[in-house]
Amino acid sequence: MNVPPKPNSYRTGPDDRGRFGIYGGRFVAETLMPLILDLEKAYAEARQDSAFAKEMTGYLTHYVGRPSPLYFAERLTDHFGGAKIYLKREELNHTGSHKVNNVLGQILLARRMGKKRIIAETGAGQHGVATATLCARFGLECVVYMGAVDVARQAPNVFRMKMLGAEVVPVQSGARTLKDAMNEALRDWVTNVGNTFYCIGTVAGPHPYPGMVRDFQSVIGDETRSQMHEAEGRLPDSLIACVGGGSNAIGLFHPFLDDPTVEIYGVEAAGHGLTKLHAASIAGGRAGVLHGNRTYLLMDDDGQIQEGHSISAGLDYPGIGPEHSWLNDIGRVKYLSATDDEAVAAFQLLSKIEGIIPALESAHALAKVADLAPTKPRDHLMVVNLSGRGDKDVPQVAEILGTKL
Amino acid sequence: MSTRLDTRFADLAREGRAGLVTYVMAGDPDRETARAILKALPGAGADVIEFGMPFTDPMADGPAIQAAGLRALSGGQTLKKTLEDIAWFRSGDQTTPIVLMGYYNPIYIYGVDRFLDDAKAAGIDGLIVVDLPPEEDAELCLPALKAGLNFIRLATPTTDDKRLPTVLTNTSGFVYYVSITGITGMATPNFDRTAEAVARIKRHTSLPVAVGFGVKNADHAAAVARGADAVVVGSALVDAVKASLDQDGKGSARTAQAVADIVGSLASGVRGARRAAE
Ligand SMILES: Cc1ncc(COP(=O)(O)O)c(C=O)c1O
Repeated sequence: MNVPPKPNSYRTGPDDRGRFGIYGGRFVAETLMPLILDLEKAYAEARQDSAFAKEMTGYLTHYVGRPSPLYFAERLTDHFGGAKIYLKREELNHTGSHKVNNVLGQILLARRMGKKRIIAETGAGQHGVATATLCARFGLECVVYMGAVDVARQAPNVFRMKMLGAEVVPVQSGARTLKDAMNEALRDWVTNVGNTFYCIGTVAGPHPYPGMVRDFQSVIGDETRSQMHEAEGRLPDSLIACVGGGSNAIGLFHPFLDDPTVEIYGVEAAGHGLTKLHAASIAGGRAGVLHGNRTYLLMDDDGQIQEGHSISAGLDYPGIGPEHSWLNDIGRVKYLSATDDEAVAAFQLLSKIEGIIPALESAHALAKVADLAPTKPRDHLMVVNLSGRGDKDVPQVAEILGTKL
Repeated sequence: MSTRLDTRFADLAREGRAGLVTYVMAGDPDRETARAILKALPGAGADVIEFGMPFTDPMADGPAIQAAGLRALSGGQTLKKTLEDIAWFRSGDQTTPIVLMGYYNPIYIYGVDRFLDDAKAAGIDGLIVVDLPPEEDAELCLPALKAGLNFIRLATPTTDDKRLPTVLTNTSGFVYYVSITGITGMATPNFDRTAEAVARIKRHTSLPVAVGFGVKNADHAAAVARGADAVVVGSALVDAVKASLDQDGKGSARTAQAVADIVGSLASGVRGARRAAE
């Protein structure tokens, strides 16, 4: 199913300067540049190497548990009375989300490069858990940076990472959330550049990360393509995924970008609303430079970065991957947003009528299904990426619903 | 074209001593006090001034400079005000070179062309933008050179002989050698190794080489000065600002003097060193 991209394709980026249109690039301190160039070269080599692909496929099958099912959500479909809704079940992966697809790729690459120490940043803890898991599996030292605020609100994931042998460093700088965790990881990397591999959790950061992470996540869309073919004998009509940095979304979208009949929707976190506190970088931000790339960012008039807010700790990043910024500007993908309240409603709905408790992140995508599905005909095939499971969010949702656990 | 930086380094070479480059943060701890600090620096012994542009997310800086940036931002400092502060300084000092140092986003949002016009008009001599490596020269470096500003690049221990020419292309004013792989204000470098690194860079360029990161006192400054054209000190000055704050975290009458005292001590270290070596 790996169709090579055609000329005039939406799938050829990034260019050799790491750009998707004006977005992307390599905006990092000089200390990191030699390493980033090494990484770019190592990844280009690994991509050409069938042994790397074979190793990847082996672990994806036997360790991660892929392919993840494409499940026809019959009751959800009946509930909305429009499009035929399929769920891509990334929440059934080992460690409970799509994050593991990317981490596996990066860890195998780090091994090829001879790096023994892995660092990562995490918001909700899902990427941290996935990284800690694969470091345990391959006997690598693992240090995870996590904003002190997130350490407090995601205690089960912190404990999980520690059980897996990782060191979790609570970050006290800035607003003590994901953005600051990424700053601190970059500071560690600048300091320990010789032996350390930075495993970035989404399609952001300096080139080659956005393209590389996308490639590792594209397994989601590749599988969806063949699974939909098997189930319905044709392409889906629409795709929907939530967007934090945008890795689960681009993983689903990318293999379909050149299929003009496929409508594609990304859903950002609108928090309390787009005129209030939110984390919708495209809807409420503009182009700027942070964390090694140019992309849509939340900031003030002086170019100072603002905090994102979302009920979901995995979505409250003030930026978005550069490829999404480009896909937005050229109009190939439509970016919508869902509020905290809409996400909580979707969280409850899916739990009740399909017996699947989704991550609050994924619930943002489901919230927009509620708007879109009823407007579509019964033969419209819609795929929603269920990026993670909601076990981690149960205590928080209980609190919101006023239930004492 | 000869710039204030070229003139200053030529003077230093004639005097047979290394220069002292001092970094302070614009607007820290408040705008008035930061201006008083700026004004006091040349008299205290600073040969070149680096003026920090505060940014919320300084990814290559340690806790001291991060905190200084946040103090400045919470006091309402903006890039526009920073440029005005320099114009104010220039009205009383036409010779001390001033280099702006910071991160790209505030400049990008201000608008590169407008920024270069205003920086030039304010009397700025050069720029150091930490997150613009040579690979991104088209963003700001090339337009800045065209506008007649120096663009000072960082070279680091990871910049090997193969990469050095890339880093030195389009660099002007001086080369800033970062003595450690790491963030500002943390490890103290091995001074023998920094001298070797300076010698290595000088095999590739005739530009002066300044060494910074980890220089905390007069002894460090003297050690670095023996093997470099200039010594850069930042976190130690920013720490002096912090130590002088009153109970409410406000700048006090003592703040500018406290910074000047340290600069004086560092300057005596720098000035003594070359004499001792000769
Ligand atoms: C389950 C889940 N979905 C989505 C995200 C958002 O990340 P991305 O947009 O990179 O997929 C996260 C991040 O923590 C997550 O845990």
